[in-house]
Amino acid sequence: MNTAADGLRVEKVHVWRGDRHVLKGVSLSLAPRQLLHIRGPNGSGKTTLLRVACGLLRPEQGEVSWNGQPISGVRLEYQAVLAYASHEPALKGDLTALENLRFAVGLKRRVSAQELRDSLEQTGAGACADLPARVLSAGQRRRVAMARVLAMSASLWLLDEPFTNLDAAGSELMSALLRSHVSQGGAALVVAHHDLTVAVEMRRLDLAA
Amino acid sequence: MSVGAAAAFNLLVRRELCLSFRRPDQLLQPLVFFLIVTTLFPLGLSLQLSLLRDMAPGVLWVAALLSSLLSLDGLFKSDADDGTLEQLALCGQGLTLIVVAKTFAHWLVSGAALVLVSPVVGTALGIPVGAFPTMMLSLGLGTLTLSWLGAIGAGLTVGLKRGNVLLSLIVLPLAMPLLIFGAGATDRAISGTNAAGALYFLAALCVFTCTLAPFAATTALRITLE
Repeated sequence: MNTAADGLRVEKVHVWRGDRHVLKGVSLSLAPRQLLHIRGPNGSGKTTLLRVACGLLRPEQGEVSWNGQPISGVRLEYQAVLAYASHEPALKGDLTALENLRFAVGLKRRVSAQELRDSLEQTGAGACADLPARVLSAGQRRRVAMARVLAMSASLWLLDEPFTNLDAAGSELMSALLRSHVSQGGAALVVAHHDLTVAVEMRRLDLAA
Repeated sequence: MSVGAAAAFNLLVRRELCLSFRRPDQLLQPLVFFLIVTTLFPLGLSLQLSLLRDMAPGVLWVAALLSSLLSLDGLFKSDADDGTLEQLALCGQGLTLIVVAKTFAHWLVSGAALVLVSPVVGTALGIPVGAFPTMMLSLGLGTLTLSWLGAIGAGLTVGLKRGNVLLSLIVLPLAMPLLIFGAGATDRAISGTNAAGALYFLAALCVFTCTLAPFAATTALRITLE
């Protein structure tokens, strides 16, 4: 049973970018076993909200809390349970897909090369494991980035446009991964400009331009 | 199972070294610059050994400062450009550890490498072999201090398109004490007098920056990340 203090809460967050008031008192809550889809037109602050939620951006007003505590006070504990996938795949072109995962996931938890290969297999990027990231296609990079999220074994996923550059099979796979994450007790905050067809209980938050 | 700070530091340094060795051209550029600039002086001036020897400490140190600056621009920039800096910032280890590991790795491939090739340059400039230990020690302390000063500058300028000029303008004035005491130590070693005083000053500057610069650089980087 989830209590009100469980999970992520963003309360009345305001963010200005120069003169632009990007987030105008946005609130959301996300408990385990929940998926929240953030929608909105370009420039409505979807990515900004996600960056605020993961603690990369400090809001001018409002608060972000995790399990009832402000994330500024539990920064490292909060980071240990979250996996963030930004709009860019965030891979080093000179490293192989496997090395990219090893250096990113290895900072978060002890992980074997086999586990990393398994997560690459799960996202359909197993064949790319030993290729430098710079030779991969945009879709393959997205799959490697998703494998990184999987390998982190995090309970909270914060994903920015995870369906970008994916083919039909990739989108289906992505939906299945989200479904299984949520059904196993995880929570996910997904920014996507199109409708999501994930067969789990999903709430939506629409941001105005 | 979570990862301790020592294991994370180790992994980060390995990451940086791995990335550096995948790009040998970028790794070698500052070293080749250092070698070329310092060998230009014997060619451009005269072949009078006494004149060269008088100018050697200044030439050596100015070239070392400038070549260290060449690679500082990329300290955080390449990670910021491809989005991996955000991943590092959220890795659960704290940004200070990331900054310390990246700066240390940067010093290993720039500063420490420069110290290792300095005897070649020293020979070209007519510095006696007996002065090499002091010269190398002073360069080691100086380049480590410079890497830390550079980390603050790189943290501040990481979000700028052409931040390298601004980075030089921030770092070079701060590096003046290094030049004074570093060149002073080398000069004393060449003339055979006691260089301990200048070396102590360099060591004090090094300890001072190693202690405080990580926090300044982390704050600078955090501001830029936002």
